[in-house]
Amino acid sequence: MSISTVGLAELRKFLRASWAQTTLIQLARYTVIRGFTLLITVVVGVYMTILIANMGGYVDQIRKAEIREEIAIRVINDPAMRMHSPEDRLRIIEEQARLEERRLGLDQPFLVRSAYFLQNALTLRLGFAQLMSSDSGSRQVQWILIERLPTTILLFATADLLIFFFSVMIALMLSRNYGSWLDRAFVVLSPLSAAPPWFYGLFLIVIFAGWLRLLPFGGLVDAPPPPTFPEYALGVLKHMILPVSALFISSIFISVYSWRTFFLIYSSEDYVELAKAKGLSGRAIEYRYILRPTLPPIMTNFMLTVISLWMGAPILESVFNWPGMGRTLYQAIGLFDTPVIVGATVIFAYLLAITVFVLDIIYAILDPRVRIGEGGQA
Amino acid sequence: MQGLRDALHQLRYYPSALLGLVIIGLLVLVSIYTVITMPYSQAIELWRAGEQTWRALPRTAPPAWLNWFRREKLPETIALDSRRGQAARAEKPTQEGKQITLLYVFEYRADDFPSEINLFYDATYPSKPPFVSILWRTPDHREILIGEFSARPSGSFRFDQDEALARRIRRLIGDLPVSVGLFTVPNSQGAPVPLKGSYQVEVRVLGFEPQTTFDAELVVYGKVHGLAGTDHLRRDLRIALLWGAPVALTFGLLAAVGTIFMTVTIAAIGAWFGGLWDDLIQRANDVVMMLPFLPILIMIGTLYSRSIWVILGVSILLSVFGTAMKTFRAIFIQVRSSPYIEAARAYGAGSWRIIFRYLIPPVLPVVIPNLIILVPSFVFLEASLAVLGLGDPVLPTWGKVIENAVANGAPYRGQYYWVLEPAFLLMITGLGFAMLGFALDRIFNPRLREM
Repeated sequence: MSISTVGLAELRKFLRASWAQTTLIQLARYTVIRGFTLLITVVVGVYMTILIANMGGYVDQIRKAEIREEIAIRVINDPAMRMHSPEDRLRIIEEQARLEERRLGLDQPFLVRSAYFLQNALTLRLGFAQLMSSDSGSRQVQWILIERLPTTILLFATADLLIFFFSVMIALMLSRNYGSWLDRAFVVLSPLSAAPPWFYGLFLIVIFAGWLRLLPFGGLVDAPPPPTFPEYALGVLKHMILPVSALFISSIFISVYSWRTFFLIYSSEDYVELAKAKGLSGRAIEYRYILRPTLPPIMTNFMLTVISLWMGAPILESVFNWPGMGRTLYQAIGLFDTPVIVGATVIFAYLLAITVFVLDIIYAILDPRVRIGEGGQA
Repeated sequence: MQGLRDALHQLRYYPSALLGLVIIGLLVLVSIYTVITMPYSQAIELWRAGEQTWRALPRTAPPAWLNWFRREKLPETIALDSRRGQAARAEKPTQEGKQITLLYVFEYRADDFPSEINLFYDATYPSKPPFVSILWRTPDHREILIGEFSARPSGSFRFDQDEALARRIRRLIGDLPVSVGLFTVPNSQGAPVPLKGSYQVEVRVLGFEPQTTFDAELVVYGKVHGLAGTDHLRRDLRIALLWGAPVALTFGLLAAVGTIFMTVTIAAIGAWFGGLWDDLIQRANDVVMMLPFLPILIMIGTLYSRSIWVILGVSILLSVFGTAMKTFRAIFIQVRSSPYIEAARAYGAGSWRIIFRYLIPPVLPVVIPNLIILVPSFVFLEASLAVLGLGDPVLPTWGKVIENAVANGAPYRGQYYWVLEPAFLLMITGLGFAMLGFALDRIFNPRLREM
């Protein structure tokens, strides 16, 4: 009897060790492969952005023509050049333009240049903006972007957190009272989310700013800005009401609708029925048997929402004159300021890739189905 | 096929779906009506031609039906053209040439003042320009000299911009703008009230040559116009609002159909062939999901082309890949192992036949509601780009009207009709498709669909 006990214990120990080992190997392999594919994805995505933002090299042609024209005007207007013959002057213009192009690296073909751009972008050397500057006067892309970040985060974090918590809470309540009039109301109203936030923003501006004169039309604070901090904060808060409401209205209905459907699927599982049969309270069932298994998708959704903060919303911010990332991006595009556009896109791509990577690893640890080969999850 | 018919029968039980269908039907009817009565070239001409085309319309006037809800009626535009015989013409020869008199008579019944008054004229003469004087007669038989000038071959006399007339009004009637002063009683107390009744405008043309001719159009601009009102350039918004319907429908439907068709086909190809193809498609999917959608569209719009067709193509290309592709791939991988596919393979069906005849059709119930739900997002995408100033440079669309309105401060100046009309139409269109799509989704997929 003692032998058999020892043997069983040994066997169990051995099995556990080999299980842990294979798990670790699987996990490591999965992590490496996933990380590698994501890296390639980022590289390709960033390179495509660089190609588009440079119009496939056409922006270089524009810049070359500008340089030539500038030098030609300078040489023709220079009194010291008068003594040279026209042929000589043409030669000087040619020579100086060549030097200038060489200085800016424009003498190299665009393909080579785009490789440099890619390298700089991937190593986060974002360089200098061509025309834009930050409010503090810096031409560095990183400062232009960092300066806009707080306002965007303030606006979108507020709105997204409100939407996230309200929709999950309302959806839980609706899935409990499936088929009630409130549930049906949300189903009927869900098509309202077809319209983007700026659209509701316009209505809100017309009603609350234009007609009722209750809230400001847009901007960050009143002009001139209030001197003390509490007043300033209050002013910002007042200016946030309309854009946040616009964001909220435009996504709350569809968000509640899809979470509700999601919770309904999980609340028809057998183990939930069993918990009900055991006589557990509704709250306990919700938290232990519905929310817990649905936590991974909820987390994914939440993380993706957080990343999307980075880009802001160009149109909503323009309509409300909100000095955030979206409006900066829009201005940069209008000014053909490619370093700013590429910089913003690169950071977005990195943030997205890192989040996806972290989530993948967490899932792989939690769910063995994920790490054993390709099955389903992609 | 039978399933589809059953589903359509079931639509009866969904009031929101019926409402959606009615809205879509109305939009289609309006589009057909618009394209037939106002062909593309004519619409472009009416929307882009220039000041000449819309000179007889008031500036930023709300729609005329606003008067139904008001006790004090706003005036509508009165335009009288001597070429159309709307003025009494009298000609008599003089020693050196001839005198032409045009008499315009109109009833004024509104409770508010006109926004402007202009006289547009055309004169022909061999060498000596005729001399024109304009007289104004009010219902209470006062006569006011409006102006005297030497005519050019073609020109206009703008009552509100004439300094001499403004001085005369100030002296005779009070400190009021010209188009207010001409319609009120002199030196009245309180806010000026328009004097209702029959007004006369007499244009006397003294020609110095017998061949002289003179024609003129008198326009008393109102404060409301037509079905939809006008914008800052006096253009009739009706044109843009009507033409917006076919543009929005075409853009939304083409983009949705193109996107869904390509997504489904590519996902099916990947799932069926597997291996390298599947990997390639999935990686491409990951890359495109990493690209920021709107910024790329904005870049394409600013750097390359603002044509609605280019934007349409790019938005389809960018929307083909995404989470939908992943969902469909997962579904196809499930369908791939069903017995009937095995059977098809056994009878010797080729890969393409299997993909299009056996793999895709069972997924259609998921595809169709998705397609319809996608339409509004593309309709709003077009409007979004237009609001950013990246709309099609030629076509009048709802988004462009909103952009014009916002750029000219309509929400701040109380010109709400200008923003609300196109916004309302966009809303209705979006809701119509969304309601139908959501209802179809519930009919086709009675089991709660997984996310």
